[in-house]
Amino acid sequence: MDIVLQQLVNGLTLGSVYGLIAIGYTMVYGIIGMINFAHGDVYMVSAYLTAISIALLTFFGVESFPFIIFGALVFTIVITGAYGWVIERVAYRPLRNSSRLSVLISAIGMSLILQNYVQLSQGPNQQGVPTLITGAFRFHIGDGYVQITYMKVLILLIALAGMGILTYIIQKTKLGRMCRATQQDRKMASILGIDTDKVISSVFVIGSAMAALAGVLVTLDYGAFDFYIGFIMGIKAFTAAVLGGIGSLPGAMLGGLILGLSESLFAGLVSSDYKDVFSFSLLVLILIIRPSGLLGKPAVEKV
Amino acid sequence: MSHAVIKKTLISMAIAGAATLAQADVVIGVAGPHTGAYAAFGEQLWKGAEQAAKDINKAGGINGEMIKLVKADDACEPKQAVSIANRLVDSDDAVAVIGHFCSSSTQPASNIYAEAGVLMITPASTNPTITDRGLPNVFRVCGRDDQQGDVAATYIVDKLHAKRVAIIHDKDTYGKGLADAMKASLNAYGTKEVMYEGLTRGEKDFNALVTKIRSVNADVVYFGGLHSEAGPLVRQLREQGSKAIFMSGDGIVSDEFVTVAGGPQYVKGVMMTFGANPMSYPSGKEVVKEFRAEGYEPEGYTLYSYTAMQVAAAALSHANLDPIKGAEWLHANSIDTVMGKKAFDAKGDLTVSDYVMYQWDDKGKYHQID
Repeated sequence: MDIVLQQLVNGLTLGSVYGLIAIGYTMVYGIIGMINFAHGDVYMVSAYLTAISIALLTFFGVESFPFIIFGALVFTIVITGAYGWVIERVAYRPLRNSSRLSVLISAIGMSLILQNYVQLSQGPNQQGVPTLITGAFRFHIGDGYVQITYMKVLILLIALAGMGILTYIIQKTKLGRMCRATQQDRKMASILGIDTDKVISSVFVIGSAMAALAGVLVTLDYGAFDFYIGFIMGIKAFTAAVLGGIGSLPGAMLGGLILGLSESLFAGLVSSDYKDVFSFSLLVLILIIRPSGLLGKPAVEKV
Repeated sequence: MSHAVIKKTLISMAIAGAATLAQADVVIGVAGPHTGAYAAFGEQLWKGAEQAAKDINKAGGINGEMIKLVKADDACEPKQAVSIANRLVDSDDAVAVIGHFCSSSTQPASNIYAEAGVLMITPASTNPTITDRGLPNVFRVCGRDDQQGDVAATYIVDKLHAKRVAIIHDKDTYGKGLADAMKASLNAYGTKEVMYEGLTRGEKDFNALVTKIRSVNADVVYFGGLHSEAGPLVRQLREQGSKAIFMSGDGIVSDEFVTVAGGPQYVKGVMMTFGANPMSYPSGKEVVKEFRAEGYEPEGYTLYSYTAMQVAAAALSHANLDPIKGAEWLHANSIDTVMGKKAFDAKGDLTVSDYVMYQWDDKGKYHQID
């Protein structure tokens, strides 16, 4: 019993991280119909920015943990958002009216540029940040126990808050309304006076900011990263986005949670050798039954 | 032999001689993960080989020819290892290669060196199959995983008296090979493991696996793999409150292990098998001093790489720079190195292995314990 509960906790934290990164994939796909392969590497950049911000803050004498974490979040989200804006401006906007394939290749190129740029500027070694938050809640259940580190609790809370704020922005604000309009019909939206280029830019900034949120949390939790972490995380988050229905915001969050939970439960109860086989089989199965994902809307061919 | 033929032979010999003179360098490749997650080990290999080449060149080179090193980066990727092996053989004209590091890279690359007749000496690849395939040009100056696994299994059974052992590996040639070797020895001593599973290289979240280790009440967790996965694994074990002893092999011998684990408080007590301290040999004192004078601590595989270069140089100098004859010579003779006298058996393994148990302390350093 305690083991199953512990696996649920493991899966939820992992899944909320997948969900945060999946948002970037799903929003970009929803608005311009492209898969931003550089998104995983934006997440990787944010891990480095987290370490840099912690180093800067301690250098300037900030020693209280809440301030360091808050400072790291603000610094990383702002700079990573800027990365997202620049990437869209440099690699995707010039190709706005060319074929989808060109944009896809441009995205793969951007991913390689980011990886190699970080490898060359930061060195190829494994990097780490000091452990800021130690300690854990322990709940005894029968003979066993469930242990949740404070860091994991923080991940769940901040991820939840991040998703809440994003849902509010998309549903209630003017920017959100413009995003939704552009997603439904870009040409019509621009005729009605929406600056769609600006909307697309802000979608990239928002997606990158969400990846940065995940980057800060994961870096603080695992404490270790290198220039290659974006690859596996990117694939997993992309899977989560497809699973939940690419283009759908709640779908990305749901897909992330399902992927995280299925990985943890399968690894914990059956075999960790085959956990990825299981997750991807689940993806295939869901796509067979619902080709547009769990919460995705079937694509309507416009005539 | 007619007069004309003799004349022709003399001319061709003269041309050949001139060609050898013109190519005044002996090209030796240093192949390993110079970039990527395992670049720390590539750096150890490079530093060791570089220093050795410098010292040999200072003493007159190999039969008067200077060693020229070529850095070849395989990033611990088997595919990349094959392509750089081809490059070393075809365009760099290397006669010998020090490397590779990861067994999964060394194995396919060694086939290419065997076809091209290039001498290969790996300072670090411990998987048994590297030398078991009977390639005449392949040598290693480190031990084998079956020897290493046996030392670990003996320690678990005799010293720790542990009954519940969980074995984890990274599904890679080295990691799984080591885990399998340890498992075979453990079973031979009458202890059956309570868990045997693989994790995925490159991931950082092993919480699900850790919970499973907890659920089988393991006393000892044995990990076959490298530090970049061992670090997060041991940290997450401690974060979930497990007190099981964590033991691994020579894949975690790097200061980076402390970094990726999140600090010395997590690596404290971790055990590992590794060759008897390479810095402890009297014949290596001078070289260790030289390294330290340059501000570099020759940890992990640095001196192994130095030794591999010495072995390669000795073989080439006795065989007049012919790598195939050099390999034959190595099978029959012993060489004085910075890590003592080294001799090779018919397969290319060392005749004597020297694995011992180490333990990491609360300051992030490792010490020999028996």
